[in-house]
Amino acid sequence: MTADVEIRGVEHRFGHFTALHRIDLSIAAGEFVVLLGPSGCGKTTLLSLIGGFLTPSEGQVLIGGRDMTHVGPKLRPTTTMFQDYALFPHMTLRDNVGFGLRMRGQSRRARDAKAVEMLAMVGLDDKAGRKPHALSGGQRQRVALARALAVEPDVLLLDEPLGALDLKLRRQMQDELKAIQRRVGTTFIHVTHDQEEAMAIADRIVVMNAGQIEHCGTPEEVYLRPRTLFSANFMGELNRLPVRPAGEGVASPLGPLPVPPAEGILCLRPESVGLSGSFSLGRARLTEAAFFGAHHRCRFAPLAAPDMRLVAHLPQGSHPEIGAEVELFGRDPVILPEAA
Amino acid sequence: MRYLSWAYLAAMFGFILLPVAVLVVFSFQDGRLPVPPFNGPTAEWYAKVLGDRDLMAALGNSMLVALASSAVALTLGFLAAAGFAQARLPGGALMRGLIIAPMTVSYLIIGLGLLQMFNWAGVRPSLMATGIGHVVINLPLCFAILSAAIGAPQKSALKAARDLGAGEAQVLLLILAPMIAPSLAAAFFLSFTFSWDEFIIAFLLTRFDVTLPVEIWSMLRSGLSPETNAVGSLVFLVSVLLVVTLELTLFRKASK
Repeated sequence: MTADVEIRGVEHRFGHFTALHRIDLSIAAGEFVVLLGPSGCGKTTLLSLIGGFLTPSEGQVLIGGRDMTHVGPKLRPTTTMFQDYALFPHMTLRDNVGFGLRMRGQSRRARDAKAVEMLAMVGLDDKAGRKPHALSGGQRQRVALARALAVEPDVLLLDEPLGALDLKLRRQMQDELKAIQRRVGTTFIHVTHDQEEAMAIADRIVVMNAGQIEHCGTPEEVYLRPRTLFSANFMGELNRLPVRPAGEGVASPLGPLPVPPAEGILCLRPESVGLSGSFSLGRARLTEAAFFGAHHRCRFAPLAAPDMRLVAHLPQGSHPEIGAEVELFGRDPVILPEAA
Repeated sequence: MRYLSWAYLAAMFGFILLPVAVLVVFSFQDGRLPVPPFNGPTAEWYAKVLGDRDLMAALGNSMLVALASSAVALTLGFLAAAGFAQARLPGGALMRGLIIAPMTVSYLIIGLGLLQMFNWAGVRPSLMATGIGHVVINLPLCFAILSAAIGAPQKSALKAARDLGAGEAQVLLLILAPMIAPSLAAAFFLSFTFSWDEFIIAFLLTRFDVTLPVEIWSMLRSGLSPETNAVGSLVFLVSVLLVVTLELTLFRKASK
């Protein structure tokens, strides 16, 4: 029902292009892990290697402690929920969901019962006799999930399954996926390029870039304490200040700042900049403000560096007049070395 | 302008169908020659055709060769198309080209080649030899039609089926074949029609048991007769019935 996954020194090349550079990754049984990164970062390749659709050029893939590097998808304890759903158009939903059980030699009665149970889990048991073309995108999505889970895999692989859905439906499916994952306890490995989706569902996020793992941690860690500039940038909007050590603090374009000395880029999330905080960023003038519902997005020009812009998210109803000068404060500072 | 386009349409249908219409009309000719003037209808020639043993035997042979060769061509074409769709082979494009190549060669050349090869291999001219010849001409056709039918949705469904534990035979029979059923039917019936009509290869590769086109040709050698018109009309009727049933059943269902 659930198993851990271990990737040991996996490297994958397509011809002369190296898609993955010596990846090491341990995923615990029952964990919901999201592989996050821009397109071409190698996340789908990694998922294919775990599912058995590709064999790594080097390294090992272990599932539940067993070496699966050279085992095909048919014999792996994994199933995949594909981006385009890949439902069988000529079969009813019941037969679609029961297909994996049919391949495992179960009787029609047993597999029909299981199929209806799985369809009930995703709220489609009343449509068991329909065919996929009679369903909406979100419903097909649910059938694909039911089909992949019907064979009780140890590990479920999700290849950007929510990419084709509209925003509202996507949020709803994220909640459902998370709830179903808690219920069945199966290890979920989910690929996406949407960092909000990743934060909404993951126990742990693996940020990937150019075939390497940039950062691997809980959503809070990855967002608030990123390990690399790439990961900091990819997870959300960022104010970036080049700094270098100066005495007890650092020197920045805004003047000396009282943060632990280091050389690199000082990163501040827009919500970590405001009218109060743990250290002062000096005075600045508000140049633009826009209301986003949950917050005001304000752009400030620091008096010490008028060409620069600091973006701050201020709480509703608390932003100053445009052109007003206020003292800005920051908190949760992170200094990261500049990318090589 | 409007009348002109209708006239154009009528002329086009006339051009296509007039020869067939003439053939059918004069198969009812009361007289010895299928040429104007039309002397009044009679079913005499049809009775003669249906009572002609050689002709009926040839009809049976044609049916047998067409069914068997189409089934073989379809099976081989399906397997080849499924294979090429899923595997990336070195020189894959070249191999595809080689499979399709016989389509560009005239039946006469293929027939001559087969005749020489069968001679050399000691295979006697027979219905079997003709059937093999028809597989040679229809396999590229089946391969081309089925290859075009296997696109991204089919490939990803095959991937999903394997992921759920299906073996190769199950993947082909339970997933791929039903997904491209309309194309399978189209390929089969086209092959059947081509085999049914084919003359040159059948002429070169049969001797004692002949197919219908060869039998009709030998009837023609003794001159025109309303009897040959009657045979032609019957063959035409069979084709029309086939097309109409297909249109009403399979293709209508598939387009839904």
